[in-house]
Amino acid sequence: MTSILVAEKLSRNFGGIQAIDDLSFALIEGEIVALIGPNGAGKTTLVNLLTGVIRPSSGRIRFEGEDVTAQRPFEAARRGLARTFQIVQPFPRMTVLENVAAGALFGGAQPSVAAAMDIARELLEFMELAPFADRPASALTLAGRKRLELAKSMAMRPKVMMLDEVNAGLNSSEINGALRLIRQIAERGVTILIIEHLMKVVMSLAERVLVLHHGRLIAEGSAANMVRDKKVIEAYLGEKFARRFTVEAASG
Amino acid sequence: MQRWQQYAFFAVWLVLLASTPLWASNYIVRLAITIAMFTALTLSWNFIGGFAGYPSFSTAAFFGLGCYVGALSQRAGVPMVLAWAIATLFVGAFAAALGAIILRLRGHYFAIGSIGVVEVVRLLVSSWGSVTGGGDGLNLPLLSGGPNAVARIFLLAMILIMLAAFLTTVWVDRSRLGFGLRCIQQNEDAANMVGVNTTRYKIIAYTLSALFCGTVGASYASWTGYIDPTESFSILMSIKIPVMCLLGGPGTVLGAVIGTAAFTLLEEVFWVNFLDYNRAILGAVIVILIFFLPGGLLAISYRDIAGRVAKLSVWRKAPA
Repeated sequence: MTSILVAEKLSRNFGGIQAIDDLSFALIEGEIVALIGPNGAGKTTLVNLLTGVIRPSSGRIRFEGEDVTAQRPFEAARRGLARTFQIVQPFPRMTVLENVAAGALFGGAQPSVAAAMDIARELLEFMELAPFADRPASALTLAGRKRLELAKSMAMRPKVMMLDEVNAGLNSSEINGALRLIRQIAERGVTILIIEHLMKVVMSLAERVLVLHHGRLIAEGSAANMVRDKKVIEAYLGEKFARRFTVEAASG
Repeated sequence: MQRWQQYAFFAVWLVLLASTPLWASNYIVRLAITIAMFTALTLSWNFIGGFAGYPSFSTAAFFGLGCYVGALSQRAGVPMVLAWAIATLFVGAFAAALGAIILRLRGHYFAIGSIGVVEVVRLLVSSWGSVTGGGDGLNLPLLSGGPNAVARIFLLAMILIMLAAFLTTVWVDRSRLGFGLRCIQQNEDAANMVGVNTTRYKIIAYTLSALFCGTVGASYASWTGYIDPTESFSILMSIKIPVMCLLGGPGTVLGAVIGTAAFTLLEEVFWVNFLDYNRAILGAVIVILIFFLPGGLLAISYRDIAGRVAKLSVWRKAPA
């Protein structure tokens, strides 16, 4: 088991606020890891640090053994570090197909626009977005746009994918669809870091859970252990959920 | 319009402009030279303003610098066409260096910065009298031959520059550069995230938007034989060029061509018929066109209009 993405003593402050505080962790190649924590814990800041949107105040980031602390976002994308946004960021007046092709052409380093379009078509099929290929991205529903974000990231042929609340705002059948897709993506060998508030998603997907609070990693372990962890309950889950979960788990 | 239709339209238009000396008066030939010249400038602006969506008002700076570099080279004894080439390269290098700084600004801030460039360069040129002649301007060696022969030479030159700008546009439109610029135009952060080197692409687009302005400026200087700072760095040009492009359809291959033709011809018509109010009328027409046609003339669905007209006539014929 080799670690693919490693954060070493990462810190980042915005003025007086310590958004990320001396954080270290590693992602193992091929695993699905969930990152949870209350609002303002620093989850999105962490993803921004890992993809070069912002620079850490101190600490280092290594990707496949290489120091990538000072990388810029487009370099992260070309290396295979893809991310989706909590607030979806399509190219609104381009078609769904062109949106995905953009990921393939630049992040996926396809040699030509035509080759990128071919890859995009295949991916739309895989993501069940093929019927919307020629519609403008702005015409999709929220669920569709979230899936488009996934398809765009997939087109970049990522090694690590960071999914920032891809399920927020979806109804339960849409969530089930998204879960299936994320599992299929993982089966292709992509390492996944998923930021999630829905414990249902975390419990069913994640092999490992990182819990962030005030920019610090307060706990780390299997999902089942995390919901019993005192610190996690205090900081994030709350007594009520933990009790309900324990009851549900006991009754099978 | 399909791509091949746009290319065909351009080819016909080019032949029409190039053939004016054979069938039209000197006035029309002069108009054709002006149209070819402005089309080259508008096609240039389209790279940064249309494809990348950065509202640049630096056209006059590039054009004026082209005028002066070309004029100074020619006065130093450089042959005319070589002087044009020097002006092109100089203005391109100037834009690349400037772009690295000014393209950090976005939206309105970029627009204001790009206007500032025009003013700064104009002031530099008019103050540096020992080299540029200051407010007195510069004279250039005139071409020998009659006015007709000279007009033909400059018509050909401007049309070749226009053709070069158009071919570059066609290439950009189909290449990954154009794709990346469109991504930047729609959402720059997202473009960065999918792996577009946005800084580099924007600098390339800005440089492309300057190159042909340099050539046009230098050949304009050779054509008129005299340049001065006020005319070379006219802020009106910086505004007219984007308006022409918006009128035709920004970010398209043919939009800049159609917009320039429509604007220039309208301007002529209003000059001839309404000498007192021509600016006001032209202004009103521009406001109306841009207000009702945000995508430009190219974005009109002519089939849609035909359908509506047909429906209207059916409705009229129907018994009350």
